Amino acid sequence: MEAFESFWAVYSNLVLTLGTNSLLALSIYLTLSCGMLAMANAAFMGIGAYSAALLTMNAGVSFPLALAGGMAAPAVVALLIGGPTLRLSGVYLAMATLAFGEVVRIFIINTEAWTGGALGVNGIPPLTAWWHVALGLVLACLVLALLRRSKVGRAFEAIKLDETAAGLMGIDVNAYKMLAFVLGAMLAGLAGALNAHLTFFIGPNEYGFDRGVEILTMTILGGINGLMGPISGAVILTLLPELLRGLADFRNVFNGLILVLIVLFLPRGLWDPARLRGWLGRRS
Amino acid sequence: MLELQSVSRHFGGLKVLQDVSFAVPAGGIFGLIGPNGAGKTTVVNLITGLLPPTSGDILFNGASLVGRKPHRITAGGVARTFQNIRVFKEMTLLENVIVGMHARLDYGPAGLLLRLPGFRAAERAARDRARELLSWVRLDHKADDIADNLSYGEQRKLELARALATEPKLLLLDEPVAGMNSAEKTELMAEIRNIQSRGYTIFMIEHDMRFVMGLCEHIAVLNFGRIIAQGGPDQVRNDPQVIEAYLGRDDEAEVAA
Amino acid sequence: MLEQQLFNALSLGSVYALFALGFTLVFGVLGVVNLSHGAVFMVGAYTALQAVTRLNVPLAGALLVAFLASGLLGLLIDVLVLRPLRARNAPHLIPMIATIGLAIAINSLAQGLFGAENLRFPAEVLPQQTLTFAGLHVTVLELGIILLSFALMAVLLLVLRGTQLGRALRAIAESPKAAALLGVNVGGLFMLTSFVAAGLGGVAGVLIGLYSNALFPLMGQPILHKGIAVIILGGMGDIRGAMLAGLFLGFAEVLSVAYIGSTMRDAVGFGLLFAVLLLRPKGLFGSTNERKV
Repeated sequence: MEAFESFWAVYSNLVLTLGTNSLLALSIYLTLSCGMLAMANAAFMGIGAYSAALLTMNAGVSFPLALAGGMAAPAVVALLIGGPTLRLSGVYLAMATLAFGEVVRIFIINTEAWTGGALGVNGIPPLTAWWHVALGLVLACLVLALLRRSKVGRAFEAIKLDETAAGLMGIDVNAYKMLAFVLGAMLAGLAGALNAHLTFFIGPNEYGFDRGVEILTMTILGGINGLMGPISGAVILTLLPELLRGLADFRNVFNGLILVLIVLFLPRGLWDPARLRGWLGRRS
Repeated sequence: MLELQSVSRHFGGLKVLQDVSFAVPAGGIFGLIGPNGAGKTTVVNLITGLLPPTSGDILFNGASLVGRKPHRITAGGVARTFQNIRVFKEMTLLENVIVGMHARLDYGPAGLLLRLPGFRAAERAARDRARELLSWVRLDHKADDIADNLSYGEQRKLELARALATEPKLLLLDEPVAGMNSAEKTELMAEIRNIQSRGYTIFMIEHDMRFVMGLCEHIAVLNFGRIIAQGGPDQVRNDPQVIEAYLGRDDEAEVAA
Repeated sequence: MLEQQLFNALSLGSVYALFALGFTLVFGVLGVVNLSHGAVFMVGAYTALQAVTRLNVPLAGALLVAFLASGLLGLLIDVLVLRPLRARNAPHLIPMIATIGLAIAINSLAQGLFGAENLRFPAEVLPQQTLTFAGLHVTVLELGIILLSFALMAVLLLVLRGTQLGRALRAIAESPKAAALLGVNVGGLFMLTSFVAAGLGGVAGVLIGLYSNALFPLMGQPILHKGIAVIILGGMGDIRGAMLAGLFLGFAEVLSVAYIGSTMRDAVGFGLLFAVLLLRPKGLFGSTNERKV
């Protein structure tokens, strides 16, 4: 018991970060499963983080309500920008959402009165307990799994494979893309809100391009062939920096190279049930 | 059932369709034929809402389709297959067909998330119906195969089953036998007749004259964006304008004796 | 006041244009959004700095060194990463993601080797004089930046419009398969394009390093983001559009600093980009130039 307690004292943050990173990876997975590369989830994470932190600190709101607020705010923003943005496809969508992320970051820097500007928000109450993260992750996985085996999941897959044909089969493509976008935003917001109450401090630079890339890498690394893909990618990329601590600045070199190597050699990601089955000698 | 009224479609300076009018009666097999490039696929794209007409109206059972989004037109009872096959390659055959039922599956988020009985029943019924439709085109033994593994002819049959899954009243077939050999064409001809006998109205576009003559009760002929003839097979076959349009084109389009 | 800002805006804008040019070249010819262009930009700046401080190479020579070093890096990226992905017919987003990884690796490597602090070109190397005409002051440095950028852009345009090579490149931009059937050495030209585009990016890096007198490992990132804004504003794949949009952005930024305040400067580009994407996805100057599948 003591061994566990001392382990927890040192590593609790890491374990909880595994959870929030998994949520983030799942949020990008959601939009990817619909065929969209939307790089706005880091910004949504930031919106969720700031909303929740400001709610608990300035409005004295209870934690569960603050978490709900942290999910609602990004959802509203996603609804607002989704209409015109989701009309774009492929590379244009990726770039527009990247640009949006930067706009959010600059907005935060320039609204010092509310957000503390470039200095960020300090002294956020450490309200996140392990079970918050666990519960959030379990519920997210549950909802995603339920959606997958229903007309919603099939619609997402159809849109990903052939958007025009999907529309002609009676699927309201715009509505489903918006659904994936908004749900993804909510998941990212939840992760942000939980994370904010874990790390005491949040700043505008944490939710920019770099974070967006980090989330994308986790999802690509794990693969998008199922829910375990993004989660495994998140676990690996969260633990890796800890293992690579000694490398200091060169740590990111490693991260970058991983992304390149995965794209070149393991395009379907690590968690690829079809390939695993092949290795185990069973035919699909 | 379906009526095009003076439909035109311009694209820049290009007049793809000019003043096209014809009527598809309910319950039969209607053919729109014409040489390659006549504008036939454009007609289908206009009907299914992928493109708006520049002028004119398209009426389905009296109601205008113009301005409606494709998924609403499909939900209203118009389904189509594609000239370049567009099955969902990474899904199984069963899943492909079930996707077609999307608009008919009536449960909401509560049923979905809580796995209520209504949801379960609907999903089960969808599975059964999908198998049934696959059996109509004799693909039910491959229901769990990945669509990409099918042969060309089989993929065309899958598209047919998937279109039927949307529970259409009108089935639009865009060049259904393109790229098939004679045996496959004969088989498909029989299956299309089967489907029509179950009560569906069929509207097909093709440039294979022989195939169309053998199947369709009413035919309209499109050339350079204009309708040049309409009527029964014999009437169209002997129309001088039609003969002229097809003269000098590739052999298979030559009027069957 | 406004006229004085003119040269300021021109210098900034012409470097943006130069950067965007390389970026657009790769997008137009190779069909790839190369997000490592910012890293290549940084490599050019740092290489020039090293050449000047360690090898005592004069500024002009350092520019050449930067061109070659960045160009070589761009070439390596094409051969080692982009080419295998092409062979595999990977969907467009995949090479983009790979180049993100490369950018991170290269930027972090620079940080590890050189540290995160700002570095500067030694003052002796920079031309100090100021010229005056028509009542306006312009430093020789600004003038040099403007002239060099425009000269490079002019050469590029000349090659693209007026030579056999340029025609071959434009053919590839329309359709690589058709170009190959016509006997064009598509693979070789991909490599050449990657080399030249990266080289131009490296030169742009040196010029910005001189303009702002600050070099740091992540200097390529803000420029990259603006480059994205520029090529979308200019119509993706459109060379002249990219140049015009780059100049436009330079002016917009300088004017916004003068009249609104410097903190919103970076937002200008993104705000514009977002607005344009929503209202006119083809860009301010572009036509539907996208390669149809």
